[in-house]
Amino acid sequence: MREKEYRYASAARGGLLFMKGLSGVRNGDRVQVRDHQGQVRNGQVIRTTTEMVLIQVFEGTDGLDLERTWVRFLEEPFEVTLSPAILGRIFNGVGKPRDGRPALISQTKRNVNGSAVNPAARAYPKEFIQTGLSGIDGLNSLVRGQKLPVFSGSGLPHNRLVAQLVRQAKLPGEESNFAVVFAAMGISHADERFFRQSFESSGVLRNVVMFTNLADDPPIERLILPRTALTVAEYLAFDLDLHVLVVITDMTHYAEALREVATAKGDVPSRKGYPGYLYSDLAEIYERAGRIRDRHGSITMVPVLSMPSDDITHPIPDLTGYITEGQIVLSRELHGQGIYPPIHVPPSLSRLMKDGIGAQYTRDDHARVASQLYASYARALEVRNLASIVGAEELSQRDRQYMDFAKLFERRFIGQGEEQDRSIIETLEIAWEVLSLLPPSELTRVSEADLARSHNWSEDRSPASDSEALVA
Amino acid sequence: MAKVVDINGPIVIVHLPEVLIGEQVRLGELGLLGEVIGREQECAVVQVYESTEALRPGESVEALGHPLSVELGPGLLGQILDGIQRPLTAIAAQSGDFIGRGVHPPALDREKRWPFVPNPLLKTGQRIQGGQALGTVRETQSIEHRILVPPDIDGELLELAPQGDYTIEEIAARVQDSKGQIHSLRFYQRWPVRKPRPYLRRSAVGKPLLTGQRVLDTFFPLIKGGKAAVPGPFGAGKTMVQQQIARWSNADIVIYVGCGERGNELVDILETFPELIDPHTGRSLMERTLLVANTSNMPVVAREASIYVGVTMAEYYRDQGYDVVMVADSTSRWAEALREVSGRLGQMPVEEGYPAYLASRLAAFYERAGCVDLLGGEGSGSVTLIGAVSPPGGDFSEPVTSHTKEIIQTFWALSKELADARHYPSVDWADSFSGYIQDAAAWWSESVDTRWERLRAEALGILSRADELARIVNLVGPEALSSQQRWELAGAQVIREGFLQQSALDEIDSYCSPQKQFRLLELLLNLYQRGQRLLAQGASVQRLLELPLLATAKRLKSQYSSEQLDEMNAFAQEIDDIFSALDQEYLAVPVKQPAA
Repeated sequence: MREKEYRYASAARGGLLFMKGLSGVRNGDRVQVRDHQGQVRNGQVIRTTTEMVLIQVFEGTDGLDLERTWVRFLEEPFEVTLSPAILGRIFNGVGKPRDGRPALISQTKRNVNGSAVNPAARAYPKEFIQTGLSGIDGLNSLVRGQKLPVFSGSGLPHNRLVAQLVRQAKLPGEESNFAVVFAAMGISHADERFFRQSFESSGVLRNVVMFTNLADDPPIERLILPRTALTVAEYLAFDLDLHVLVVITDMTHYAEALREVATAKGDVPSRKGYPGYLYSDLAEIYERAGRIRDRHGSITMVPVLSMPSDDITHPIPDLTGYITEGQIVLSRELHGQGIYPPIHVPPSLSRLMKDGIGAQYTRDDHARVASQLYASYARALEVRNLASIVGAEELSQRDRQYMDFAKLFERRFIGQGEEQDRSIIETLEIAWEVLSLLPPSELTRVSEADLARSHNWSEDRSPASDSEALVA
Repeated sequence: MAKVVDINGPIVIVHLPEVLIGEQVRLGELGLLGEVIGREQECAVVQVYESTEALRPGESVEALGHPLSVELGPGLLGQILDGIQRPLTAIAAQSGDFIGRGVHPPALDREKRWPFVPNPLLKTGQRIQGGQALGTVRETQSIEHRILVPPDIDGELLELAPQGDYTIEEIAARVQDSKGQIHSLRFYQRWPVRKPRPYLRRSAVGKPLLTGQRVLDTFFPLIKGGKAAVPGPFGAGKTMVQQQIARWSNADIVIYVGCGERGNELVDILETFPELIDPHTGRSLMERTLLVANTSNMPVVAREASIYVGVTMAEYYRDQGYDVVMVADSTSRWAEALREVSGRLGQMPVEEGYPAYLASRLAAFYERAGCVDLLGGEGSGSVTLIGAVSPPGGDFSEPVTSHTKEIIQTFWALSKELADARHYPSVDWADSFSGYIQDAAAWWSESVDTRWERLRAEALGILSRADELARIVNLVGPEALSSQQRWELAGAQVIREGFLQQSALDEIDSYCSPQKQFRLLELLLNLYQRGQRLLAQGASVQRLLELPLLATAKRLKSQYSSEQLDEMNAFAQEIDDIFSALDQEYLAVPVKQPAA
């Protein structure tokens, strides 16, 4: 079967090719489709019966002439070639080099679909990663082996944020073996160039493997790209013992490609036309992050997705949030005020933070300070709402203190420079500086001992002018 | 000739005449396991529990002759099993860190020997029936495992194994039924998961399931043998609530089913539970815990089965006379698995793609909860079901949430707004309800304090009035409120922060005994009422709001543990003293007319 080419294509639409009169083809096998110009496309068997085979063609079915299309079944699953020389290279979704250099040669090949990590073999992620960004380190700490997506929107600076994260992420006090796997789906040429330059200028390029499918590349290839990238990540982490940071952008484009193929297959749609298996499909990707007991490497994942019309209840961010271990949400409002990074604090969350912080990893008061900042900021936002109705003059003195707190919190704590790399201790110090705008009676989430040690409250200072000074 | 005809994701059509619906089949060279879910002439529709990659039409198929069933016997506790009861540690030993296909180790260890003590009341020659205990085996330090006569066996006891160490495959007893057939009973039995295990009769609901979580126990109680749902959008803290229940509830056995959820969450339990101490028995929590893990990246069909595998094991321990809690996180993923299968079968979708039988399947599942009198006629046991629901976009009107809401009696609605302010557990006091208040009140009144029901209502009243006031404030500003109303807002704030909020991460606050719960609530309400009285006497609300007592009251929960009630009473005295002093002050001067 491997040597033979078949020509029984009976229909082609929406990236799918139907072959009639064929029998005994294995499900999931790799396929090569040759068109009348001699161009070879890659495909995969997604349904097979005793009479018919359905093939998903990653380069799409545009320009196929049914009478002059030849199909070869390779009798092997979709695999990617792996070798240590993969670092520093650029590929497309099916693993073909995009950097003009020759393909990798190695005996090591792995099925891109991988298989599920046995939950009993996992190790619980605990090691705090310092990103140098207060909004993440202080409030929603990232740990090694976590999957923490960035929920963004069109026009928001998620690319800059992720690039900064890649530049600065480190385990405090440890210089370790790390690698970055960068998977780009449907992003623009400009964005791709931005990332490449950013990796280059920070000197990490030789530790990066890039998989790119740009906005003008065939969308169906996006279905296999993250799987190829993650197979490489698993190889780097669990064979070569590297700590791998996987950046995937933009998952929305992935889900849209999935919907396109699902519609062509005639799958029953559930919400907004997305297939009912979107959750399971996304989980197959996200759950490949993690740590495994007795293996040294780890896979930490930062997927980026843009929320269609900033709607967090849209199926893509919604299902993602149910799978990932938290989310960093960006705010258009803060961005509009010129605050970078515009991290929208209330809906942001890191589920693994609780075990990755504290005296052992960061500082004893970290959890309480984070909880206090959340509570006080939530209260401050209520006050701000109130002020927009009744006017700031009508506010009580306490409420005005909250207004000042919110302002300083956003500008001084959340806001920071793109080149600014804050240590976790600096972050916590700034947190206390901001909390010192509120009287001790308002800070019930921190302990009395915390207050005695770090709270710098004076009843008579005039908060408004003070906070201006601090911001400046 | 039995063979594979059509492969469509997890749904495979095979040519297999005379197979029963529900029967297990093995497919192809790899030996993938599946279940027949439909027949059409000579073909059967099979849902496969493993990935069908590399399966080929024409490969052979074998019917196994039995439906999906689980092994029930000593050695289940402390394990982590997958959705079709494969032990994950044994799989790891066979296929490494990643789950291989066609690997089917049995759930129970065949080598391990268990010390068996025969039931002294049983004599050979006597009639025994299903559900009776042949004897016991100490499964863990805290759990004595009763070896039961399978429900469908009834007859004369010919032989009972003497005291000694046995593997589960050995014969525990021989029984001759009325037809003269002799049954050899082993130390384990099998039971089909989709069929509820029988019992004598349902008994009246029992005592509250105490979770040590204040908002649950005091405000929205659940009863042993009851049904509860925890709906909430992502990030609202569903998993945390469920884990807290698994940790602290006063059940004998906890079965935690991770259905389509995160792998790391199960690892968290696996790594932390062995070190945690059960406050009721003083033993390691893992000794009473059993995990069923079908994480979101594991095959979807096994996810559908995992709920039934879990509840069947729960019923088995119930039949031994234990109070079992099964936590299912999340029933939405189970419903989605149903949807995926029904979609692949081309069944007509009704709401949001879900099949028409969603509501009836959900109801039938939750009906497996209950307090029952045991089949053997000795004692009773219970299964309590707690299902998490993950509504898309946090919309509680979606099919799974709305159907579940009609079935269950206790509804712990989690709120995104509360979670965003890091108010945990984010149980919304306005949307949640419990149908077991009367049953719980009887217990509280007898065991803790007769005023429980009244205090609970009072506190809820304050909270709901404060919500109303907060809406007014948002419209017209705080100046429009009277002093009494402002104090009410402050009172609600104290209840919210000092009582409802409970930190799972704080060593002292994580578990709160019923006595402490009551004392704390009484104390905070007293604080509020004393303040009310002072206001009536003309005290200024500003002065009350500035009392440092308020901040201290909010911290009480994490200052004194459940064993330190005396110290808390000392604080109650402090409140009294401060207010008495204020009382004196305001009584001394003539009551001022409140300013207009």
